[in-house]
Amino acid sequence: MATRTGSLDAPPRPPLPRLDPGAGGGAAPRPRRRPPWGRWGLRATALLYLAVMVALPIVAVLTRGFGNGFGALKDAFAAPGAWKAVELTLVLAALTAVINGVFGTLIAYVLVRYRFPGRAALSTIVDIPFAIPTLVTGVMLRALYGPASPVGSFLERHGVHVIFAPAGILLALLFVTLPLVVRTVQPVMLELDRSEEEAAHVLGAGRIRTARSVVLPHLRPPIAAGMLLVFARAIGEFGAVVIVSGNIIGKTLTAPVFIFGLISQFKPEQAAAVASLLFGLSFVLVLVTERLVARRPAKEPEE
Amino acid sequence: MSARTAAPPVAPNATAPRSDAAILRRRRLIHGSLTGIALVYAAVLLIAPLAGIIWAAIKAGGHAWVETFSQPDVRHAFYLTLIITATTVVVTAVLGVVVALMLARDPFPGRALVSAFVDLPLAVSPVIVGLACVLMFGTGGWFKPWFDAHGIQIIFALPSMVLVTIFICIPFVIREVAPLLGELGTEEEEAARTLGASSLQTFFKVTLPNIRWALLYGIALTTARAIGEIGAVLVVSGQITGHTETATLFILRAFDEGRDAQGYIVATTLALVSVLLLSGIEILKHRGERKLAS
Repeated sequence: MATRTGSLDAPPRPPLPRLDPGAGGGAAPRPRRRPPWGRWGLRATALLYLAVMVALPIVAVLTRGFGNGFGALKDAFAAPGAWKAVELTLVLAALTAVINGVFGTLIAYVLVRYRFPGRAALSTIVDIPFAIPTLVTGVMLRALYGPASPVGSFLERHGVHVIFAPAGILLALLFVTLPLVVRTVQPVMLELDRSEEEAAHVLGAGRIRTARSVVLPHLRPPIAAGMLLVFARAIGEFGAVVIVSGNIIGKTLTAPVFIFGLISQFKPEQAAAVASLLFGLSFVLVLVTERLVARRPAKEPEE
Repeated sequence: MSARTAAPPVAPNATAPRSDAAILRRRRLIHGSLTGIALVYAAVLLIAPLAGIIWAAIKAGGHAWVETFSQPDVRHAFYLTLIITATTVVVTAVLGVVVALMLARDPFPGRALVSAFVDLPLAVSPVIVGLACVLMFGTGGWFKPWFDAHGIQIIFALPSMVLVTIFICIPFVIREVAPLLGELGTEEEEAARTLGASSLQTFFKVTLPNIRWALLYGIALTTARAIGEIGAVLVVSGQITGHTETATLFILRAFDEGRDAQGYIVATTLALVSVLLLSGIEILKHRGERKLAS
């Protein structure tokens, strides 16, 4: 079964069929002679809605950002801390993708394969980031690791800085993106054919060898898809970051906050140029992800 | 406990029966430590901050809660959040169902492209959404002259705040409803039509009841996201206190002004509302599915 869970903010539910009528029989020809006013009306409304609400704003950003060639982009990167902001964002997003790639897969594995007390609770907890507003995530981290809390002051005394430091941004990104990996990997794990593993085992393969050569090949696409989604989301995250980072230029200023700064300084062209770069990167990542998730069913036909 | 691990019913290495107990012990060790790591990670990353904010909000004391919510600013902020969320829910639900119907039932060329456009808002940073709105309606924007001539203010006013929130929430209803419509097929609708129902009757009597749980779930996700939106709204609103300040913007200002306790209180309220809403819908949905199954 194809799933659409491979997108940012995937709904906290296991597998969903694709937005594709295909097997559902939705595309069956209808033997009617009425003029298809309804269909055309539907089509026009839907397309107009998406064109005005989605396509137009994107076009506005691209045209303003590159209306005068790359001048605006160059100006934007001449600002102090601009490169640092982009670098920090990319590094932290990559770290987030790797850490949550490992732990998200582990949590999905434990949820699918093991029965233990607290399993239902763990499954619910994983979805918490979908419900909590991102700004509130930042506020939560500030409450826990800020100087006013016992945990925060304890860490501070031992030289560990979380709030207004890259560690805080990393924690915020990890929090917001954890369900993306778990909910992308979990449906695939559920569908895995257990008998393949048992066959490998009977043939004398050890646990590690079984995991590496039988299980992992199936899981590689969804894990990669989950990590790419995490990366794309982490690049653009604003709400969770803005309140814990302190936005210190050259130290904890991330790219989205940098863009926000450009807008506040009435430099919309420069903001649009940097935004186009960021947007282009995350859009390509999402397209690649959809490919990764969609390729799977072709290899494993349903029973 | 380990009944569901990948174990063959018979020990594979029958030549070495002695190792059975050892294998079992090792497997239990692996099982236990993996589960332990997963639980600890989830607890430290997700639960600890939740406990942190609840602690901070309780520590503020009852009088701080009363004081916070008796401020006109705070009340107006919640009122504004409510208006923006309600408008967003109505627009994205109604038009979302239209888009979902088209994606699931209307096999026209270019549907894949439209589907990609639906997912686009998920890949765009909210700040960029706000920026796009400023570029279109702000100084030098394409539509500014027309709206100025008609005396309609978009930027630094409610319309732009609603627009950016709609943009960000577009995917949720569509991604819940469209797959279900595809799965349901058109048999029931055809039957209704054959029996003489009009298109509208068919939609309200057959299609809508069938998709109601998916629709409600999409609406819940939309609401949670709209309540919590900050990046885009921050860019377009101008943060005018008591005028264009939503609940999230109030939180931001509270921390800027060193009124941390009020920030914690409003943030806790928002978190509670979102969590209650989503879990309520989740429960309703399970109940609905069970009813359908029986």
